Amino acid sequence: MHAGPIADSIVRIEGLTKRFGAITAVDGVDLEIQRGELFALLGGSGCGKTTLLRMLAGFEVPDNGRIVIDGQDMTGVPPHLRPVNMMFQSYALFPHMDVATNVGYGLRREGVKAPEIATRVAEALEQVKLANHAARRPAQLSGGQRQRVALARALVKRPKLLLLDEPLAALDRKLREGTRFELVRLQEQLGLTFVMVTHDQEEAMSMATRLAVMNTGRVAQVGTPHEIYERPASRFVADFIGIANILEADGGWLAVRPEKITLSANRLDAANTVAGKILDIAYEGDRSLYRIVTEGKGTLVVSTTNIDRTRPASFARGQGVWLGWSAEAGHRLSE
Amino acid sequence: MRYAIALPFLWLAVFFLLPFALVLAIALGTNAPDVAPPVELGFSFKNFALLFSDDLYVAAWLSSLRIAATSTLIALLLGYPMAYAIARARPEWRPLLLMLVVLPFWTSFLIRIYAWMGLLAKNGLIDQFLRWSGIADNPGSILGTEWAVHLGIVYAYLPFMVLPLYATLEKLDTSLLEAAADLGAKPLTAFLTITLPLSLPGIVAGCLLVFIPSIGEFVIPDLLGGTDTLMIGKVLWDEFFTNADWPLASAVAICLLILLVGPIALFQRQQARSLERRT
Amino acid sequence: MNGRARFAFTVLAFGYAFLYLPIVLVIVYSFNESRLVTVWAGFSTKWWQALFANEAMLDAAWLSLRIALVSATTAAVIGLAAGYALARAPFFFGRTLFGSLVIAPMVMPEVVMGISMLLLFVGSEQLLGGPDRGFLTITLAHTTFSIAFVAIVVQARLADFDRSLEEAAMDLGATPWTTFRTITLPLITPAVGSGWLLAFTLSLDDLILTQFVAGAQSQTLPMRVYSSVRLGVDPQINVLATIIVCVAACALILSGWLTRRKV
Repeated sequence: MHAGPIADSIVRIEGLTKRFGAITAVDGVDLEIQRGELFALLGGSGCGKTTLLRMLAGFEVPDNGRIVIDGQDMTGVPPHLRPVNMMFQSYALFPHMDVATNVGYGLRREGVKAPEIATRVAEALEQVKLANHAARRPAQLSGGQRQRVALARALVKRPKLLLLDEPLAALDRKLREGTRFELVRLQEQLGLTFVMVTHDQEEAMSMATRLAVMNTGRVAQVGTPHEIYERPASRFVADFIGIANILEADGGWLAVRPEKITLSANRLDAANTVAGKILDIAYEGDRSLYRIVTEGKGTLVVSTTNIDRTRPASFARGQGVWLGWSAEAGHRLSE
Repeated sequence: MRYAIALPFLWLAVFFLLPFALVLAIALGTNAPDVAPPVELGFSFKNFALLFSDDLYVAAWLSSLRIAATSTLIALLLGYPMAYAIARARPEWRPLLLMLVVLPFWTSFLIRIYAWMGLLAKNGLIDQFLRWSGIADNPGSILGTEWAVHLGIVYAYLPFMVLPLYATLEKLDTSLLEAAADLGAKPLTAFLTITLPLSLPGIVAGCLLVFIPSIGEFVIPDLLGGTDTLMIGKVLWDEFFTNADWPLASAVAICLLILLVGPIALFQRQQARSLERRT
Repeated sequence: MNGRARFAFTVLAFGYAFLYLPIVLVIVYSFNESRLVTVWAGFSTKWWQALFANEAMLDAAWLSLRIALVSATTAAVIGLAAGYALARAPFFFGRTLFGSLVIAPMVMPEVVMGISMLLLFVGSEQLLGGPDRGFLTITLAHTTFSIAFVAIVVQARLADFDRSLEEAAMDLGATPWTTFRTITLPLITPAVGSGWLLAFTLSLDDLILTQFVAGAQSQTLPMRVYSSVRLGVDPQINVLATIIVCVAACALILSGWLTRRKV
C-alpha cells in the first residue's frame, strides 16, 4: 500500500500475518500510522483488529511480516521492552493495589525514583481528574473512574504509542459520549499517538483522525472518516459504515447514501429519478428512514431530517412517491 | 516457566514414578522370608496368577466393588437432596450450610470412624435405642458387619458427594425451571427433564469421588467391619504387614490400580473439561 | 413453611444430624466418668488429665505437627509450580504425562502409594544406605501426595484469573518474573494458602501412608490413635477428638471471617 517510509510515520506495519490454527486472524496487513494522530482500527468481531493491536503490544507473535515503531524493528522484542502502552478493554487494574500504586506500577519497573514517581502519578491523576481518589482500591471506583485510572496508568509512562482496546465498550451509553470528547482532548493536549480498536463505527468516525476498516484479517480501506463515508472503496466498506444503497450502474456499482436522496410526492427535477412505494417508515426522532420499493432499482433506503417539530408526518406507508438524486450523489465503487 | 515444570516433574519422577516401577518389579519377584528385605527379584507372573485363581482374592475384588458401589449409591441418595436443599437455600445461608458439610472433613478421618465404633457396638447407643424403641428385640452388634462398613464409607465421604453436586446445582439457572413450568411441566417432570440432566456432571464427579477412595479403603473395613468383611485394601495390608509377603502385596497393588484406571481416567477427563469450560 | 421449604428443612436436619451426632456424642463422652462409652456415669475431667499426662501421645502429636508443617510448606512450593505450569505453560512435550503425574497421587489408593514409597525407601537404603525411616521419609511421602491438592487449587484459581492483568504488567515494563512476583503471586496467595492448609490437615491426619514408611522408631499421632482404637473404645481418644474438632471449627470460622472481611 505504501512504498517508502513517510517522514512523520511512527508505526510501519509490513505484510503482517497471524494464524491461529486453521484461521488466519490477520492476513498480510500493511499500515502506516502518523505521529500524533488518533488512528482507529474498525471492524466487526473476528476481523483481526484486536489481534493486530496485541501484535503491536507484543502479546502475539506475528507469523510473517514485521512492525517498526519509531524506526525500531519490534520483531522479537517482548512486551515489557516495547515503547508502547495499552489500555485494556477490561482495564486490567491490579485489584490488590490502590489507584496511585496502579498508576505508578510502570514507573517503578523503569526504576524511576520514588519522589519523581509521586509527582508524575499525581500529574497523571490530575489529567484524568482523579487527584483525590489516589488511595482508593479499584473495587471502590465506578466504571468511568476505573477507565480513567487505566488511561492514567498507560499515559504516565509517556509511551510513543498508546493502544486502546475498545476503550469505551464497558461504559454505559451516556458516559461514553462525554468520554469520547475527553479522550480526544487528552490526545491532542499531550500530542501522543493513539491507536484504538473499536467495533463501534460511530465511535471510530467521531474520534479518529484516520481509520482502517478491517474485514476477515485484511484492511478494506484506510482514510479519514470523511473519505471512508463519502468515498468507500468497496461494497463491504460502503455497507459496513452507515447505510448505503448500492445501485448497478454502467456495469459497476454505485453507493448512494440515504440522505443524498430526495423524497417527494411529485416527480422531481433531478439527474436520476425513480418512482416507488413506501414499504416501511422508521421514525428515529432526529430523522426518519423510509424503505421504498422502486420500479427497476430494487428497494432503496431514504432518510429525511425532521427539522420542523410541528409538521405532521407527510408520508404514509403504502403511499406512492418519487425519489431523486443528483449526478454527484453516488460514489462509484472499485469492487 | 522451565523451573515450574522441572521441579514438580523431578520430584514426582523420583517419589512417584520410580516407586511405582519398583512395585512392578517386586510384584514379579518371589517372597523370601529369610532375607531382609524379604524379596527375591525375578520375572514370574505367579503372584498375579494366584490373585486370579484363589477364591479369597477373587471374592475380595468382588466384595470391594460391591461395597464401594452400594455405598456410593447410598451417598448419592443422601447427598443429592442435601446439595439441592443447600443450593436452593437463601444465598446468605449457603456459605454456612456448606461449611457445615465440609467441617467434618477437616477433623480427623480416623476419629470420625472411631465415633461410630461406640455407637454401633453391642450395647452401644444404637443398639440400646433399637431395643428401647422396640424396632428390634435383640439386634446385637452392628459393628463387625458389612452394614457398618457401608455406613462408615457414606459417613466419611459424604462431603465429597455433596460438594460437586452443590457446585452444579447452584449454577443451575432457576429461570430454566420457570420456563419448564411455564411450558406445562409438573415440578417432578421439570426435575427429571431439566435439573437432573443438567446436574449430571456433578453426579458423575461426586460418585467417582466417593467410589475411587472406597475401593481401596482400609481403615473403615478394619475398624468397623468384621473378620468376614473382605476388601482389597485390607487384603493388601494383611499380606504386607501380617504375612510379610511383599511380592504378593505388590501384585495386589497393581491389580487395584488396574481396577481403578477406568474410573480415574473418567474423573480426570471430567476435571479437564470443567477447567476448560471455565477458561 | 410451604411444602418445598419443609422438605428442604427435613433433608438438611436429617443430613446434619447424621454428620454431627456421632461427633457430638464423642465430645460428650470425653467428660464421662466411666470408661465405657455406652453408659453415662457422670461428669468427669479425668480423661482430659490422663491425655495431657500421656507422654507417648504428646510426643506423637508433636512429631505429627512438625511433619505436617514441613511437608505442607514443601508441597505448597512444588504444588504452586505445578499448578502454574499446568495453567500457564503453552503446549510442551509431555504435557499430558505431566498433568496426569501431578493429579495421580490424589486418586491413587493410599495403600498402593504406601507400599510403593516404602519400596523406594527400602531400595535407597540398600543402595545408598539411607535415609533412615522416620521423620524424613514420612515428610517426603506426605509432600508427594499433597502436591496434587495444592496444584489443583492453584490451577483452578489461575483458570479464573484475568490474564489481562499479567499482560498489563508486562505492558507496563515488568519482566515475566516481576509480573509473577508483583501481580500473579499476590493474587493467588489465598489459593496457595488454602492448598497449604489442606496439605497440612491431610498430613496431620494420614495413617496408611505413614504406617508404611514410618519405620519402627517413629509414631505419629494417627498411628498412636489407631493402635489404641484397634483395642476398643478409649475415652482418651474422645478427649483428643474433642480437641481436634474444636481446633478445626475455630480454624474454619477464622478463615471464613478473614475472607469475608477482605471483600
